[in-house]
Amino acid sequence: MTTEVSSLVRTRENTARVRRGRGHWTAWAFLAPIVIYLLAFYAYPLYRNLDLSLRHYTVRSFVQGDAPFSGLDNYRDVFADPAFGPAFLHTLTFTVVSIAFQFAIGLALAVFFAQNFRLSATLRALFLVPWLLPLIVSASTWSWMLNSDSGIVNHALGLIGVDPVNWLTSPDWALTSVIIANIWIGIPFNLVVLYSGLQAIPCEIYEAAALDGANGRQRFWRVTFPLLRPVSAITLLLGLVYTLKVFDLIWIMTKGGPADASTTFATWSYRFSFGSLLPEFGPGAAVGNLLILMALFFGLLYIRFQRRQA
Amino acid sequence: MRYAAVLRYAKTVLGLFFTAIMLFPVYWMINVSFTRDNDMRADPPHLFPWNGTLEGYRAVFEQQLPYLGTSLVVGLGTVALTLVLSAPAGYALAKLRPKGGGALSFVLLIAQMIPGIIMAMGFYAIYLRLGVLNTVGGLILADSTIAVPFGVLIFTAFMSGIPDELINAALIDGASKWRTFVSVILPVSRNAIVTVSLFAFLWAWSDFVFATTLDGGGDAQPITLGIYHYIGNNNQQWNAIMATAVVASIPATLLLILAQRYVAAGVTAGAVKD
Repeated sequence: MTTEVSSLVRTRENTARVRRGRGHWTAWAFLAPIVIYLLAFYAYPLYRNLDLSLRHYTVRSFVQGDAPFSGLDNYRDVFADPAFGPAFLHTLTFTVVSIAFQFAIGLALAVFFAQNFRLSATLRALFLVPWLLPLIVSASTWSWMLNSDSGIVNHALGLIGVDPVNWLTSPDWALTSVIIANIWIGIPFNLVVLYSGLQAIPCEIYEAAALDGANGRQRFWRVTFPLLRPVSAITLLLGLVYTLKVFDLIWIMTKGGPADASTTFATWSYRFSFGSLLPEFGPGAAVGNLLILMALFFGLLYIRFQRRQA
Repeated sequence: MRYAAVLRYAKTVLGLFFTAIMLFPVYWMINVSFTRDNDMRADPPHLFPWNGTLEGYRAVFEQQLPYLGTSLVVGLGTVALTLVLSAPAGYALAKLRPKGGGALSFVLLIAQMIPGIIMAMGFYAIYLRLGVLNTVGGLILADSTIAVPFGVLIFTAFMSGIPDELINAALIDGASKWRTFVSVILPVSRNAIVTVSLFAFLWAWSDFVFATTLDGGGDAQPITLGIYHYIGNNNQQWNAIMATAVVASIPATLLLILAQRYVAAGVTAGAVKD
């Protein structure tokens, strides 16, 4: 009896092992399409992009594919370009200011909506609209709202006695304009993620804090804020990755102008490669690769952070 | 008690106020889409389209229908491609767990972070050589790169939650892994399929970067380029531009009304681990 059982167990184990060995191949059969896809449509375009940045391209050699290898020349040119400094600074300003406001406003709204009142769920859903709209829709709407002569924003400013601002046509204001539009687009993401983070904090902690006599402000800074720190870090890092690559919004609203006043790495790279009749693919790809490095830096930080949380 | 009720009421009012501010640009888009050309630069601006016009929408029907059609095809194509690629991958990563699966998940996370504009440049170089610039198929392929890594992450997360007993029961009944996937896993993964499809469609529909680089000169261009040409032509017919924008926002609106639950799930899925 016992031998029978043990032999039964052994055959079970054997088949399990066989199955796992074969299962390994089955699993990779399921994964084969995605692996081929990643190689063909991620790795290869990225390789082509790297290749572009290391060669000296003209329009003709771009089509024929016989451009001479030029090493890091494109990178040297890009670094030496007088537009490099401003573009770097604008990328940094755009990213940091956008995220600071998105996060602060998103957090404030999340805390507000977390106090369940009538309609709070519906209103919170409506807040998602800006995030879901196609960027071209948001960008063209903001362009018209910020129009110098007939925009509603200047009209509203006029009502409180402020002189009209040339939002999109003055170099002093172009970057501010695209940042304002970008903050508007990013608030919903921050709100939703931080709200779900708030939901994960157990009410008992708040009850305990209330029993200990903590007031609203103390409850926020001593309980909510520290407990929300992991979710906050993840929101901020993801926000960094997303914001660094914003291109559509800036290109549609200002094309990086006027006079490069709102040029970031993303729009600069696009302008090199596609913005004129004489494309410069080499420098365009070089700027693009610098952008990838920046995105990956924060991306890896995010992944590290998330792994540590798990 | 009375005081608490008043406070709750006040919060609702405040919430309505915040929402109104946040959605003002959306309202303004709709308002301008109905405004007559000669009222467009009125001072003060018309806050409500009294004496409005449907001219903008007539322009949409006369000029933008082909663009909308292309966007619909591109969107549906992207959804199909994304599902076919990411659902089996999610199943393998969640349930079959092969060696090297962790590395693949890592690669997918990284892939999500690569700026679209850089992908577009690489695609441009390749498409030019292959002669598939300005084709709908080429645009679908490029657009799918936005959604596929997200799709795999969602499917993996969702399918990890399917009880093993369900799968083992099918295997004991003699079903193959593929059979199990098709007739057991997929039917119970409906929520994940809906979430991934919604986002894949919305991202393809909204895409501007790939459209302008890879499909800027074709016969079949998506609606994002339709709007972009409108602005670029400098015709200043803002009611037509905004009417197109309103029509282009319909999928996002439908999505929010019909599938709000899935939208919120999709937004948080990437960011927060339960």
